[in-house]
Amino acid sequence: MKIVAICGAGIGSSGILKVNAERVLKKLDIDAEVTAVHLDSLEMARDAQVILTSAEFVERIGKTFADVIVIENFFDTNELTTKLEASLG
Amino acid sequence: MPLPGLPDEAIEIAATAGDWRAAVRLAGDRLVLAGAATPAYADEMIRMIEEHGPYVVIAPGLALAHARPGPEVLGDGLAIVTLAEPVNFGHPHNDPVSVVLALAIKTADAHLAAVAELANVFNDSNAIQALAAAETVADVQAIMGGTS
Repeated sequence: MKIVAICGAGIGSSGILKVNAERVLKKLDIDAEVTAVHLDSLEMARDAQVILTSAEFVERIGKTFADVIVIENFFDTNELTTKLEASLG
Repeated sequence: MPLPGLPDEAIEIAATAGDWRAAVRLAGDRLVLAGAATPAYADEMIRMIEEHGPYVVIAPGLALAHARPGPEVLGDGLAIVTLAEPVNFGHPHNDPVSVVLALAIKTADAHLAAVAELANVFNDSNAIQALAAAETVADVQAIMGGTS
């Protein structure tokens, strides 16, 4: 499974999403590759099943086959767990 | 790469900022004082928010300002500014912001270990409030894991 975390710079916020998503997925025992990318590399998200991002980028991401999950608090692993479980479970 | 060190120069407590741009600039100034970035890096961080919106407000009360690696980055660095009066970034859920982090990263590939350390600190939901209430630079360094 491929999961992509998207932010404006591809560092910082998307990196935090990647790190915390990996922690949550490990706990949920889900095998997935999580990549942090910036908006200009959206083609890297083309074959992703799940896109993690913040509300600001949903429009820019546009039409996609992936399930776009908007995260409000990037440090809240409970929020990530609930939303990833709902998407993948 | 571990979390970049947090020298005293990289921290400002109870700063006064009239708006989010001023707050981000203060954090950028700290990166400059710490030798991690040129003054133009603050412009880049502000430009990212103007272009993409307040997505850097990644948790209630906390902004993680950053731009892409570029010539404005002199070395990996982290700066922390706490605000006497919080400012709004225009975020739908996480305003107002009282703690501004600024992150400068030399190369994107190497940054994930540093970001993982940040996650270790802030996955504790009390960390942001503790930083906002910190009264000394040493308090901030202690909350951030004594990375000075």
